[in-house]
Amino acid sequence: MHQFLQQTFSGLGAGAIYASLALALVMIYRATDLVNFAQGEMAMFSTYIAWTLVNAGLPFWAAFFITLFISFAGGMAIERIVIRPVESAPVLSAVVVTLGLLLIFNATAGWIYTYTLQEFPSPFPDRPLFGALMTTRDLGVIAVTLAMLALLFVFFRFTSTGLAMRAAAQNPESARLCGVRVGRMLAIGWGLAAAIGAIAGIMVAPVLFLDPNMMSGVLLYAFTGALLGGITSPVGAVVGGLIVGVTENLVGTYLIPSQLKLTVALGLIILVLVFKPNGLFGTAIVRRV
Amino acid sequence: MRPILQLRGIKAFYGQSEVLHGIDVAIEEGGMTVLLGANGAGKTTALRAICGTVRREGEILFAGQRIERRATEDVARLRIAHVPEGRGTFVGLTVEENLQLGGYAIRGRAAANMQRMYGYFPVLAAYRRRQAGALSGGEQQMLAIARALMMEPRLLLLDEPSFGLAPRIVEEIFAIIERIRRDEHVSVLLVEQNASLALELADHAYLIETGSVVASGTAKSLADNPQVRRSYLGY
Repeated sequence: MHQFLQQTFSGLGAGAIYASLALALVMIYRATDLVNFAQGEMAMFSTYIAWTLVNAGLPFWAAFFITLFISFAGGMAIERIVIRPVESAPVLSAVVVTLGLLLIFNATAGWIYTYTLQEFPSPFPDRPLFGALMTTRDLGVIAVTLAMLALLFVFFRFTSTGLAMRAAAQNPESARLCGVRVGRMLAIGWGLAAAIGAIAGIMVAPVLFLDPNMMSGVLLYAFTGALLGGITSPVGAVVGGLIVGVTENLVGTYLIPSQLKLTVALGLIILVLVFKPNGLFGTAIVRRV
Repeated sequence: MRPILQLRGIKAFYGQSEVLHGIDVAIEEGGMTVLLGANGAGKTTALRAICGTVRREGEILFAGQRIERRATEDVARLRIAHVPEGRGTFVGLTVEENLQLGGYAIRGRAAANMQRMYGYFPVLAAYRRRQAGALSGGEQQMLAIARALMMEPRLLLLDEPSFGLAPRIVEEIFAIIERIRRDEHVSVLLVEQNASLALELADHAYLIETGSVVASGTAKSLADNPQVRRSYLGY
């Protein structure tokens, strides 16, 4: 029983990270009907920025918030420069553009920082808590994720810009007729997604060690979480990410060798697509003609 | 009276095909002008050309200013409100959020305007926390009009407010439009299939057929026009 709880909590710690990245994917999908395959590599690149700042002698949390700010600006710039030109192109062109971004970020990170694993500092000490049921690190990661979710909720629910972003995602033409600058809202959406991804990267780097391929597995879990929750639902993304984290950990502990853990994600994707294509919280996708 | 809006030689396009072939329309300040015509004549497109949700050529003057090159959101910020075909409701948002979006560009006065709208449309106040998609057709039409009025428009573009509604609801909605037009000092450009109703309310009218204006004048003169009587009034 003790081991079961231990693995569940540790799964929640990992799941919080998948949930963050899944949320970033969902935000962009809702706004632009586009799956951003570069989300993981953008997060990885942000993490390198944080690493550089920490190595330059900045305190961890200073580096953290500066990185979020830079990532937000970078995400907006990517939308403006790379995504906007293919906005009205067939969706496949935009997907190929995000795949291109994935390669560009990966190669650029390798070129600047090399492919050597780097140690990344954790802001939370790795101490056992509650009779070794969980660690302070897992608790810290979960707390950061919850704080981020609370802030996002307040932003989307109670601010005028948050409301305008929801309107622009739902019905761009009506939003324009209300005077909402839809293009700017999409750019802010990309900025937010990049900043959320940066949080995921910074939280996972102390565990996985930092290298340009760090996020490839995490992105797969995040996709699974987003699909499981329903790719159109932010709540679903968070719940899905947590479920994936816990499932992966428990199945890896009790059922299959941990080397096969990644296949759990693929198995879940197939199950979701076959039995509940809209996910747990998603709505049926209606094609606008 | 001087016109608040003038269209001069407006052409509009869907892709390569030209659907408006250079129309001239003038709308008097404070008045109600109606565009009449059969389905597919180009009435909706004329409204869309004003807002820039369709590609257009020609001159559009609003309060003396050229606006034909402005983006849709900038036209809206000049306080030209458009209740589009199909109402343009944000169905996944609440009634109140829909109204807030209407007042997006004039944030400071949004709260006061919302109270005024709830005065015109008490049913919206009762359903303020409900998802807009759960409202009936008539209620959604009221919401669409209220949302447009939230921005304190100088010009209100109304696209078939009677569409798909029971006659009793249509009467109710047009009674409110009449009242609002007086109280809010807003000029109205109306697109309507129901010609007899529209000609009763409007002071000027234009008849559009296959993308061109074929008759225009006071509502009274169009109601007496034999062509209009035969094709649109049915007597």
